[in-house]
Amino acid sequence: MAQNVQVGQSMRSVGVGQVKYRSARARRRAGRALLYAIAITSGIIFMLPFAWALFSSFKSPSDLMRYPPTLFPRVWQPQNYATVFEMVTFARWIGNTLFIAVTATLGAVLSASLVGFSFARFRYPGRDLIFMATLSTMMLPSEVTLIPLYIGFAKLGWLDSYKPLIIPSFFGGGAFLIFMMRQFFMTIPLDLDEAARIDGASYLRIYWQIVMPLSVPALATAAVLTFIGHWDNFMGPFIFLNSKEKYTLAVGVRFFASLPDPDGLPKQHLMMASSLMMTFPIIMLFFVAQRFFVRGIVMTGIKG
Amino acid sequence: MATNKFATPRRRSSFSSLNLRKREIITGYLFLTPWIIGFVAFVSGPMIASAILSFTNYDMVNVGKFVGFDNYSFIFTRDELFWPSLLRTFRYAVIVVPMSLTGSLLAALLLNQGLKGTTVYRTLYFLPHLTPIVASVMLWGWFFDPNIGLFNHVIRSITGIAELPGWFRDPSWAMPALIIMSMWGAVGGNNMLIFLAGLQGVPQEMYEAASIDGAGTWAKFRNVTIPLLSPTIFFCLVLGVIGALRVFTAAFIATGGGPAYATYFYALHIYNKAFRYFEMGYASALSWIFFFITLVFTLIQFRASAKWVFYAGEVR
Repeated sequence: MAQNVQVGQSMRSVGVGQVKYRSARARRRAGRALLYAIAITSGIIFMLPFAWALFSSFKSPSDLMRYPPTLFPRVWQPQNYATVFEMVTFARWIGNTLFIAVTATLGAVLSASLVGFSFARFRYPGRDLIFMATLSTMMLPSEVTLIPLYIGFAKLGWLDSYKPLIIPSFFGGGAFLIFMMRQFFMTIPLDLDEAARIDGASYLRIYWQIVMPLSVPALATAAVLTFIGHWDNFMGPFIFLNSKEKYTLAVGVRFFASLPDPDGLPKQHLMMASSLMMTFPIIMLFFVAQRFFVRGIVMTGIKG
Repeated sequence: MATNKFATPRRRSSFSSLNLRKREIITGYLFLTPWIIGFVAFVSGPMIASAILSFTNYDMVNVGKFVGFDNYSFIFTRDELFWPSLLRTFRYAVIVVPMSLTGSLLAALLLNQGLKGTTVYRTLYFLPHLTPIVASVMLWGWFFDPNIGLFNHVIRSITGIAELPGWFRDPSWAMPALIIMSMWGAVGGNNMLIFLAGLQGVPQEMYEAASIDGAGTWAKFRNVTIPLLSPTIFFCLVLGVIGALRVFTAAFIATGGGPAYATYFYALHIYNKAFRYFEMGYASALSWIFFFITLVFTLIQFRASAKWVFYAGEVR
């Protein structure tokens, strides 16, 4: 708490400037008030584009074009959301996105846990070297591998299918997940493994029946972060998918911006409605899994 | 089930006759197998392939011919978009990285003050980061609409200035618009949470000791908080620079690189060459140059880090 007050003073002295207060308490209270003002104002600023999008999504086209613009719709049109489903195959896109995100997440978490288990629990020649190589791939820009992968997937006949988006996830799930699983497994006491080994359990059994059940928080964290990554991914689906009905939300939503409008009316209300519908599940997921989520992000900074 | 019970030990008998150490090595590699395949198939293999491609003129249709360093010399001497897009990308990174790191640090400091409702503020700052990038481009495109968007309207009613920027539609304002949009998603994002965890990990005694030595608020921030946080800042800086240099999706969707190439970044150049014109050899050369640049930046930062990053356990 003392530290909080200290840092608070630095902010306060910036804001209040030369104003002299008679008592330290009054000064402290003013500083506190200023901090609250900053915190709340920033919150409003961060939320403003959201609010604008949310209220716009309920507006009618003529309402959208009105000047000066108003935050609230004149007439509420909740049917805009239904219109989105009628104008494009939005339900199909949701299904596609879910399918890709769920299967890829499953593969990534499962294979990353196997690999992390190997790094955390076994001693074999070359282990640390391979681990360092794994970590360094985190700094590799994917631009370098994308072109040969595209050519390879094209040769395999995988273009315009979900295979390029799902199958690579089953081979380790990427350096970050592997690192995260390894770090978590290292915190599980080795005594448990040894006791199980004396009872004759195989390594696979130790992995599946001892280590995995104890790692549910880490697995959940990995799953949430991977799921969101796939939900948001634009580049992959955009490059690998051609047929409109196979699109994911990230690729599909964009098409409201460039949709031909025969009636010459703006489509921003539909654009906002579809964008919000794409965002909403992620926000829900965040609220449900906030604990895992924050921990997973914080873990990225630990190794620094 | 019964047969299984008897079969299992027999099947394993040759394996279990190996000594424990050998068994550990073999099983360790077995668990590693998915990643070894993944690493070869999706990381190192493609990297080598891309290096080879960069010396050819492969275009997905004709058989590629070996062209030596032609792609590279063309890029450096005759590609009219190479230098501008590279410099534009640097300019973007130079603005975005310090701004977002400072913003995240300030936000983390604010959230570390023990204010009432801190979890609410934290969530409000973090929600923009959760917004899928495609959705946030849609949001901001409409928010920034020059004529009927809320942004210009609010500025107009506060300042009274009638002539306001066209943002994404204005060559001189598209880049600032993109930067504002990325700040919205970045300031309250992962870095803020990482910094916040770092701040909460600073031992209280350090501040008390500093107070006894007569350190003021700024001195404590400068000499206690920053050094203890420096490994975290360094980590965020390295990944932040790589991320900023790779800027693609936001610009690609918001402006497609325009107007008048105002937001035509390096990654867009690679994309266009590879997936619009299918000049795969040429684009591979571009991507290897890009890889080399990010590598140099990372190495420079690691070198420089010896001067300012403080590791608590390190002997100096």
